Amino acid sequence: MSVLGTSIKRREDPALITGKGKFTDDFSVPGMLHAVMVRSPHGHAKVNNIDSSAAAQAQGVVAVFTATELEATGIPGVIPTVWLLPGIKTPAHTLFATDRVRYVGHPVAVVVAETIHAAHDAAILVEVDYEPLPAVVDPKAAVADGAPQIWDEAPNNIAFDWELGDKDATDVAFAAAATTATLELRNNRILPHAIEPRAALAQWDAENGKLTLTMTSQNPHVHRLLMTIASLGLPEHKIRVIAPEVGGGFGSKIHHYADEAITAWCAMQTRRPVKWTATRSETNMTDAHGRDHWSTAGIAIDADGKIVGLRIDTHAAMGAYISTFAPAVPTWLYGTLFSGQYDIPAIHVHVLATFTNTAPVDAVRGSGRPEAAYAVERLMDAGAAAAGLDPVEFRRRNFIQPDAFPYQTQVALAYDSGNYLPALEKALAAADYDALRADQAKRLADSSGNAKLLGIGLSSYIEACGIAPSAVVGSLGAQAGLWESAKVRVHPSGSVTVYTGSCAHGQGHATTFSQIVSDRLGIDVDQIDVIHGDTEEVQFGMGTYGSRSAAVGGSAIVKSLDKVIAKGKKIAAHLLEAAVDDIEFEDSEFKVKGSPGQSKAWGDVVLAAYLAHNLPEDVEPGLEETSFYDPANFTYPFGTHIAVVEIDRETGEIELLRYVAVDDCGNQINPMIVEGQVHGGIAHGLGQALWEEAVYDESGQLLSGTLLDYALPRAHQLVSFELDHTVTPCPHNPLGVKGIGEAGAIAAPAAVANAVSDALISVGAEPIDMPFTPEKIWRALQEGGT
Amino acid sequence: MRVTISVEVNGTKHEREVETRTLLVHFLREDLGLTGTHVGCETSLCGACTIHMDGLAVKSCTQLAVQADGAKITTIEGLADNGNLHPMQQAFWDEHGLQCGYCTPGMIMAATKLVEDNPQATEREIREGLKGNLCRCTGYHNIVKAVAAAAKAGAPS
Amino acid sequence: MYPAEFRYHRASSVEEALDLLDRNPGAKFLAGGHSLIPMMKLRLAQPEVLIDIGRLDELAGVSANGDSLSIGSLTTHSEIASSPELRKHCPILAEAASKIADPQVRNKGTIGGNLAHADPASDLPAVLVALGATIQLRSRDGARAVPASDFFVELLTTSLAENEIMTAVEVPKLGAGTGSTYLKVEHPASGYAVCGAAAVVTVEGGTWTSASLAFNGVTATPLAALEVVEALIGSDATDQAIDRAVESRLSVPDPMSDLYASGEYRAALAAAYGKRALKSARDRAG
Repeated sequence: MSVLGTSIKRREDPALITGKGKFTDDFSVPGMLHAVMVRSPHGHAKVNNIDSSAAAQAQGVVAVFTATELEATGIPGVIPTVWLLPGIKTPAHTLFATDRVRYVGHPVAVVVAETIHAAHDAAILVEVDYEPLPAVVDPKAAVADGAPQIWDEAPNNIAFDWELGDKDATDVAFAAAATTATLELRNNRILPHAIEPRAALAQWDAENGKLTLTMTSQNPHVHRLLMTIASLGLPEHKIRVIAPEVGGGFGSKIHHYADEAITAWCAMQTRRPVKWTATRSETNMTDAHGRDHWSTAGIAIDADGKIVGLRIDTHAAMGAYISTFAPAVPTWLYGTLFSGQYDIPAIHVHVLATFTNTAPVDAVRGSGRPEAAYAVERLMDAGAAAAGLDPVEFRRRNFIQPDAFPYQTQVALAYDSGNYLPALEKALAAADYDALRADQAKRLADSSGNAKLLGIGLSSYIEACGIAPSAVVGSLGAQAGLWESAKVRVHPSGSVTVYTGSCAHGQGHATTFSQIVSDRLGIDVDQIDVIHGDTEEVQFGMGTYGSRSAAVGGSAIVKSLDKVIAKGKKIAAHLLEAAVDDIEFEDSEFKVKGSPGQSKAWGDVVLAAYLAHNLPEDVEPGLEETSFYDPANFTYPFGTHIAVVEIDRETGEIELLRYVAVDDCGNQINPMIVEGQVHGGIAHGLGQALWEEAVYDESGQLLSGTLLDYALPRAHQLVSFELDHTVTPCPHNPLGVKGIGEAGAIAAPAAVANAVSDALISVGAEPIDMPFTPEKIWRALQEGGT
Repeated sequence: MRVTISVEVNGTKHEREVETRTLLVHFLREDLGLTGTHVGCETSLCGACTIHMDGLAVKSCTQLAVQADGAKITTIEGLADNGNLHPMQQAFWDEHGLQCGYCTPGMIMAATKLVEDNPQATEREIREGLKGNLCRCTGYHNIVKAVAAAAKAGAPS
Repeated sequence: MYPAEFRYHRASSVEEALDLLDRNPGAKFLAGGHSLIPMMKLRLAQPEVLIDIGRLDELAGVSANGDSLSIGSLTTHSEIASSPELRKHCPILAEAASKIADPQVRNKGTIGGNLAHADPASDLPAVLVALGATIQLRSRDGARAVPASDFFVELLTTSLAENEIMTAVEVPKLGAGTGSTYLKVEHPASGYAVCGAAAVVTVEGGTWTSASLAFNGVTATPLAALEVVEALIGSDATDQAIDRAVESRLSVPDPMSDLYASGEYRAALAAAYGKRALKSARDRAG
């Protein structure tokens, strides 16, 4: 029986549960030095002078470097942006800040020392003469008259001005609508906060001019390429990037940062191995953050409760520099999702992206899609209220119908498949929606006034995953293709090693990919190994993010497997003296159709390929195939989530009572892993909704930079989630899979927001925005609650 | 200032000279090479560095190595018995209680003590007992299941 | 993450600890380390000398002393939370200790270190104030006892003198008819108290005969709600009496404000949780 679709246990785990898994900081090599960055303590300041003499003379210090020394070596020395938009401003993002610092955390110098203690002690001795400048940290404030100007080349701090959809048609729809609703929305800035901080270990082989960089990466080949072309200038084949065990990424380890490049350069300068590991507060101030939008959103509805138009106007913060993939996040990964699960004839999206004196903003779990789902699903509830309909009924009336696929939205995407009503119905049944509404009414009728309020919130989300068709993204500004590669090496005895460009950091690829291979070749999973995360072993790879590894990385493996089987058929046909077209491969055997008993076992054919004693003329020896799979379209996972919250009317304290999630990610390779991904995504989204917020003060200080202030969800704050699924396979990839890593983070914020709004509105208070802290709820109840 | 300390870690006695400011977690990781114990924060709030010290679950990032002089310590590397996984390790594997694995050693070390102290822990008690350990991958759902499963496995039948 | 350098001494007796302190002005005592080491890692504290008192058994443990209980300053939060003596005779202290941070922190953090650090959002100070506890201090010049209500001077500052060590905390044994409750609104990130309310009440024949109410986390030092209590004594032990007393008499001067909760909100929490703590303590008084 095939293992595809079964919940086999993860092969990754034995090392990780015994402490044997090796993460970047776990590596130490003889002669290794330690690097500590000296970072800007100012959000915005002129740098008049850097005096590193005292630090350089401190005990144990080998070198102190600044931009001056780095520039003298003539390397390119920058962090590039690899997604461009028309008119975008991409000011030079140098590894070290030079004459000006524009956010707290940008390195101005590095201390390299014999011990980590010595490096930290000396870093304090680097004297930098700063002249503080006024800062601006809010994306709306950044474009106001008189705002501090962060870049000369970006007047009014505008990084780019982007729109999608038909403005005129949308305006007409709003003018003609029976009813409309408008919301002011805040999508709070969040920290990615992988539990493993970023780190790098650089080893320089001066004799061979070769750099080996072990680092916390979701895409080692991309990091190698960017090191080559933009940061270090070393030839690509002279850099080996290794991502060992990676302790979570959530987007933060996609991007290219100064610290890893500086660490590599330090190793080249000192001709010694150098390790750099961020402290928690360093990683929090320099990892690219997520979200940070202010929006005005509107929905227009006709007399039948059908949506006729939707529009959104967004201010998006980009931070002080345009990070690696940042331009795509509030545009093509955001504006394209504004049709949601609904048939909407007119949509317009406008985004004004601004520089701010903050850490750069880039992809964080969901990246763009959570912000879109948040706006769309909040509008669905606001629209339902305006139209006098229950939110469930309003959604039902507006779903794209199953026979309408493929469905061309008004915002560029063509949804390949979908069936939205069953997921909604399943979620309602699981939650017992009617009983919840009855409970809510009962509480409201309680005459003591002490009953806690109940809030019920739906989120019928859609996402675009399986990122991404290269030609499409190329036309949208990507400076890279987003295909994936896979090499399947069949060993002479029939076991298999797969080399994948996907780069797992918790997703369990070694397990799921071996399930794919086992299914196709009919060999046991124990006969299959999966290699990833090393540019020296893997041909090339775009990495793991955007819920792309199963849909794109997995499909690349299937493509290689198909080639392996095709070659096997040729050999088998030759050995069986049959026509190739008459050979079928089944249960690990090459069989002649309609001739029982005429067959060659997998192992025999593989061995024949390697012995090469008797091969057809046009067949080369060996059995190893490489593929580069480029998807035909994005994939479109969807589902409905329901959050149930309880609110203390006296204090505003909020408790999550239940969370129901019905997701459709197409076929499931390993349901246990799928569920795990959903759980983690939900917790991420709940974190954003209820607790997490990266807050800067007006001068650009990150006030919530440590876990003392930044509230990551903890076990006692959450509940066990109630999961179910529907299956609508993706029609355009061979596995029928769509991706599931981000679904929870996309769905949950709106589900909670709608639940909180539901509770507040039930007593006449006004809806509020994330994160839903008790004080905000208390204030809303004080001001408007009856 | 350097001082000599003597500790028993995972059944092996070690005598080492350490700088007084060396944190216990760094002593374990750097001096003894036991890198299974991780560091995820600097404010004693993530729990990735949790070990057992003289029978108690302790955050090794908030102890100086000198404070451990004379102590008996167990780290994640010492939890399995002769290659046989501890029931908590087994349960984390069986229940998919980990994804990236970074928080896992600390989580398992905290969970083993939780179950030792309260073998009949309810879901609520398990969640409260794990509040000192952060995980960003699992949403805790399967971690809680794993701890409950390990408790059940260890319960006298 | 990496503390600055310091010299380290390990004391083998209270006498030696005091001698070391005398010879090293500015030295800090190290017990569980769970207040001090985090400060040192962030280099917010850079003591030149640490005196490790962690092994002074004479300062550890809970012992009965007539009508009171003596808790050695090295007693950990876990030990307090699970102490049969405290759970029986002073349950509010065990209850509060069980709500501190998380299990690992409770296993190492000590009552002495906690009180000496005087974090306003810590859980024990208000409880001790509500209990009318006494803090026992010693120096080479002798011993003295300071009422908990006088011990906390201002934010992160106590009346502990530079040459003193805290040896114990004395709390009364609560008798029959006395109920006590500690309620806490926890900061979702740090686990500290945004508002902690400690109530200790005695009810006889349906009226209040004694009561105390104090708060953590709301003001820079523990806030004793003396006026509320005054209004209660002698009145009927009803919900209405509690609501009336708190609503009319609770004043929160200079409430603390931070990223998570404003002073105004903290004051509102104090009112809500003051009532809840009093009601719960009354119900527990039986």
